[in-house]
Amino acid sequence: MLSVANVTMRFGTPADGVTAVDDVSFDIRPGEFVSIIGPSGCGKSTLFNIVAGLQPATSGQVSVEGAAVRGPHPAVGTVFQEESCFPWRSVIDNVAFPLELAGMPRGERHDQARHFIELVGLRGFERRLPSELSGGMRQRVCIARTLAAKPRLLLMDEPFAALDEQTRLLLGDKVLQIQQTLRQTTLLITHSITEAVQLSDRVLVMTYRPGRLKRFVTIDLPRPRTAEVVTSPEFGAAVASLWADLREEASRGMAEAGG
Amino acid sequence: MRRIAPLFGLLAICLLIVLLQFAIGAGIVDEYTVPRPTAIAAALPRLLAEEGILTRFLTTVAETFAAGAAATLVGTGLGAALYRWPLMRRSFEPWVAVLAAAPLVLAYPLFLVLFGRSSSTVVVIAFASALPPVVLQTVAGFSAVRPVLLAVGRSFGLGRAAEFRRVLLPAALPSVFTGLRLALMFGLINVVGVEFLINLGGLGALINDLSERYDLPGTWAAIGFVVLVSVSLFTVLDGGERWLQRRR
Repeated sequence: MLSVANVTMRFGTPADGVTAVDDVSFDIRPGEFVSIIGPSGCGKSTLFNIVAGLQPATSGQVSVEGAAVRGPHPAVGTVFQEESCFPWRSVIDNVAFPLELAGMPRGERHDQARHFIELVGLRGFERRLPSELSGGMRQRVCIARTLAAKPRLLLMDEPFAALDEQTRLLLGDKVLQIQQTLRQTTLLITHSITEAVQLSDRVLVMTYRPGRLKRFVTIDLPRPRTAEVVTSPEFGAAVASLWADLREEASRGMAEAGG
Repeated sequence: MRRIAPLFGLLAICLLIVLLQFAIGAGIVDEYTVPRPTAIAAALPRLLAEEGILTRFLTTVAETFAAGAAATLVGTGLGAALYRWPLMRRSFEPWVAVLAAAPLVLAYPLFLVLFGRSSSTVVVIAFASALPPVVLQTVAGFSAVRPVLLAVGRSFGLGRAAEFRRVLLPAALPSVFTGLRLALMFGLINVVGVEFLINLGGLGALINDLSERYDLPGTWAAIGFVVLVSVSLFTVLDGGERWLQRRR
């Protein structure tokens, strides 16, 4: 489905530059939910931009369904960290945006948009403007808008980072539910260990600068999972194991940043 | 509350007018400086019948819209260009801001030499005064568009033209519209001002005319009429803006 092969990203001059992402390779199988986790500054968002085709890598290759990614790819849908609803469009017109671009007639695209609005649990809010919604609801609108384009790979860059803990857990539930319904192949970038464990089939741990892949962790918790899974001992064990990996990297990051 | 507020404002104005009437009657305010409000009101039918105030109004409005439309076209184009080329923006934006603050109307003799004592002079000065706010508000509007909205556009494969039409323009529209509103207001002020100064054309020339004849009630009535015109223009623009907001 997605193949990332030896991707490296350097910023600045060869003599005086920073390697943000260093020789990262991994694959995602169809229907799989994979999270990338790492401390702040490990190059997660850079990797996200490269996979989304928003930024070319210095070297290496990203391909989706066998085709090399050289710019935004129609098979890839992106949900950004920052809330990104178009404030001048109602919920339904936000969600229908990609369908409008595809030239779908208004009635048809609104019907489809309604389906995705319902999927993210915003039925009844179709005509509202984003300014009338809470942060969590707006992020759900963005997720619905991305899903409406029917991407084969869903990319999410810390989509819940700006939300409070309760909303994060409930939205995590929603994303899981959507993933179960659509069997949506998903790559989630996050710095939250619980989020990664709650949602993923596999978690990739990244090192602090330069961002390399440290370890692949398979999460064997049974599905369907809900927010309640966080109380199980298996969940705790998985979180502890990931934290052991991450603590080392995060401490290194703090030491280098002088924190 | 929202309905009471404008009513309250209107009531306060009426009260001021009534107070003025009494103040003049009591000799506190000199009647040869400010005529009684009743006399001003009584002059209005005369302005309509004898002074052709409606034709003058149409002249003023036409000149204002000509200047406003030209400023809109040129100003949004220039604003978009300054946004697109940062070097150009850094070079010229301060000068546009200086132009916005300059009392251009004082340079009217120069414009008279260039364009003659004609409607062109009025329109060109009004255009020059209306242009800077459109340019500045357009640049500010485009620059304030959150980068993530542009990233969303790109992630859906929008090209430059589609990005402009579907993301940049609608996102910047409130700011651009503020520029247009300022442009029309500055345009109107300058049109009336220059008409007054060169005694040509619409309402400004009428005010000049009436004051030369020492027709004080007529002068004040004409000034009141200009205020009414600008209030109406403001209301129409406000409505237009809200309509556009809903449709963008």
